[in-house]
Amino acid sequence: MKKRGLEKTLNLILTGVGGQGNVMASRVLAGMLVDAGYVVTIGETFGMSQRGGSVMSHLRISPDEVKSPQIPAWGADVIVALEPLEALRVLAVYGKPSVSVLSNTRPVYPIGVITGELDYPAPEIIKEKFRMLAASSWMIDATDIGMRLGNPVLSNIVMIGALGATGLVPFDRRMFEKEIKKTLSPDKRLINMKAFDEGAAVIR
Amino acid sequence: MSKLLSPDKSTVLFLGNEAIARGALEAGLAVASGYPGTPSSEVIESLAAVADRRNLYVEWSVNEKVALEVAAAASFSGLRAMAVMKQNGVNVASDFLLHLTASGTRGGLVLVSCEDPGALSSVNEGESRYFARMLEIPLLEPADFQEVKDLTKWAFELSEIIGNVVMLRSVTRMSHASGNVVCAKLPARSRRAKFSYDGPVMDSKTGPMISTPVVAKHLLHQQKLKTVEALFEKSPFNSYTGPARPELLVITSSVCFLYVREALSMLGLRGRVGVLKLATTWPLPDRLLRKHLGRAAKVLVVEEVLPFLEENVKVLAAAMAGKTGIKTFFGKYDGTLPAAGELNPDIVADAIGGIMKVRRKKPPASYLSEIKKAASLIPAREQTFCAGCPHRASFWNIRRAIALDGREGFVCGDIGCYSMAALSPATGYHTMPTLHSMGSGTGLAGGFAKLSAFGLEKPILAVCGDSTFYHAVIPALINAQHNRADITFIVLDNAGTAMTGFQPHPGLTVSALGETVPAVDIAAVCRGIGAKVVIADPFDIDTTTKILTGYLAQKGEVKVLILRQACALSPEKKGKKTFDVRVNEELCLGDACGCNRLCTRVFRCPALTWDKDKKKAVVDEVICAGCGVCVSICPQKAIEKAQAVI
Repeated sequence: MKKRGLEKTLNLILTGVGGQGNVMASRVLAGMLVDAGYVVTIGETFGMSQRGGSVMSHLRISPDEVKSPQIPAWGADVIVALEPLEALRVLAVYGKPSVSVLSNTRPVYPIGVITGELDYPAPEIIKEKFRMLAASSWMIDATDIGMRLGNPVLSNIVMIGALGATGLVPFDRRMFEKEIKKTLSPDKRLINMKAFDEGAAVIR
Repeated sequence: MSKLLSPDKSTVLFLGNEAIARGALEAGLAVASGYPGTPSSEVIESLAAVADRRNLYVEWSVNEKVALEVAAAASFSGLRAMAVMKQNGVNVASDFLLHLTASGTRGGLVLVSCEDPGALSSVNEGESRYFARMLEIPLLEPADFQEVKDLTKWAFELSEIIGNVVMLRSVTRMSHASGNVVCAKLPARSRRAKFSYDGPVMDSKTGPMISTPVVAKHLLHQQKLKTVEALFEKSPFNSYTGPARPELLVITSSVCFLYVREALSMLGLRGRVGVLKLATTWPLPDRLLRKHLGRAAKVLVVEEVLPFLEENVKVLAAAMAGKTGIKTFFGKYDGTLPAAGELNPDIVADAIGGIMKVRRKKPPASYLSEIKKAASLIPAREQTFCAGCPHRASFWNIRRAIALDGREGFVCGDIGCYSMAALSPATGYHTMPTLHSMGSGTGLAGGFAKLSAFGLEKPILAVCGDSTFYHAVIPALINAQHNRADITFIVLDNAGTAMTGFQPHPGLTVSALGETVPAVDIAAVCRGIGAKVVIADPFDIDTTTKILTGYLAQKGEVKVLILRQACALSPEKKGKKTFDVRVNEELCLGDACGCNRLCTRVFRCPALTWDKDKKKAVVDEVICAGCGVCVSICPQKAIEKAQAVI
């Protein structure tokens, strides 16, 4: 990946559905960036995250200043989504022409879709909207990779691996390894490193 | 090593609530107590995790009033103590708080209220700031993560200087946001508890801790507030940034400061607008305000939720108008900002832009119109009961029993995940027409049950969670029993304070500190009151519905049903399926079945979806929690379960 420092604030939104490991992923990302010397602010609301709702973490990575925990409209530089519809939902509020989107491909259907009252957009339509609204976009079969590695929830780490490989955010494999040493028990590290590498391989 | 015990001078990413905990540790905290409530719970949780190492006593109390009483006992004995709660918890604690502020305190005592503007995780957006004014105690509102930590630490010192409670107010966007914090030293603990009470009644150090003689103590209390105001005049936590003579002065506090700064950057106005950030918002420092109000003719106050700061600034401004000149105020009273809901950088930028006649940059119109088109394709994702949630099964039974009874019975709701049976139409379990504070469902049910003499002849039900039962339901239940109210009272016992993250409560055999303690049995409490009690498993649909229909038919007494099944996200269940569940495609008749898609349209589990191509139900194995309840609802017996292999 490219190695570079940030001169101005980078705004990243990590989104998904409750239970997908959104909060854990945002903490891991932020932990690496604090160690790298950035002033990081994460805005989250996880009170309702357990109950099938949309979840969002706003990460502000600044060279010098604490930022608002809420990113303004049209303010996202990068969107990382553990669920494709949530990527689109965030894009529709926080997107701007220069935004980059990385999205998991596997849908989690909202209850209104399950009951038949609402329609979930077809995958081709979602992809087309990404192409139209983002400067660059990647679709990643993160849940499938996670399941292959033994646990679908690893999709969050697959997405972080993919994000690292894009060079959009200043972190690398070594920093990730150091970070999870702080937070995960040794038996879980190996599988998380594998998930990270598999995600990175999708981009390369 | 716990992050909370990071060494002196280290820079750590702390959750706002962890920063509160760290600040308290740096102040030499000895005792912390609270009742779980979003967004406050992580303060007590993170302190409990280091209690051993820091020699603390930490407890989850039965409710917020008792939590404050436990913390006050430590303060009376000379120790530093903290009580932590969400905004409505302060209402619960307020009766004791009123008397506590009158008796005064000894060791530093800080009341932390984590509030929820916009009600992101609440059924109210109540403000506790007015309590500080009403009860004449200092109020602190930190504006960034470092300040959360530093101000918490200082709050203990301030409390000891004045011998009274100090209130620290955070909000969801601070408590549940994270940022860099530079740690300071953790002190060695040396204080010992000693409670003196033999001295003269007016001696705050050695006398009894009582609120009488009321008027004399009230005067003493008010003198303390004068001391506070003098300290606030010089506080380094209040700051001004901007030009000496700004075109507009913004006065703000808490996370709103970060919104203001962001908005000014968005509008390119940092050089033209001044910002007075106040961390000490009650009592307001008069001279500091005079100095800064003198800078500009236009003043905007940015705060959440009600115009508390705006009102207090205006009162001072009116008195000093002769010196500072008459101001034009913008804020909530003139409608520049909303007095309901939370703020964000966009709302603040629109308000400042409107006053300054400056517009923010937007993406090109063609892009915005594409965004609008995309937005129209996005289906709402409404909250619902999780896959495997016992409440779905419980409300399936409740709704069925009410329908079988046929007299349009209804349920008085209470606070927990089960509130969604009232809040969210998407859950599909609309049986609860009332929802208020903790314990109110049972109190209301007891009232409704007494209205049959006036023609309201319906079966009355009430629900509450296990933690809620202990918190505030017991008096209402005793009231119903004593007054012979005919109610069906259901405890949705999911084995923990589930909604806020599985904190222990008195019904469990573990304390906040991880010690083994005897459980207070809900069934025994109800039987002790004299009520009839049955315990059942909500996943056993047939038995539970039968018990409920029987209860609804019985008249003249309190009938208790305890529905026991652990939360699907509880540590003992999470990630472990009891059953592998699948739809047998040969048996599922799909659209051709007379059930009209009972499983997906009515049962509404996020894991039981509809395959549009096959026109049949399908289980999403990634989401399915393996509870197997859907097996009992399919009329075609097309959903099958097998014991999961672990």
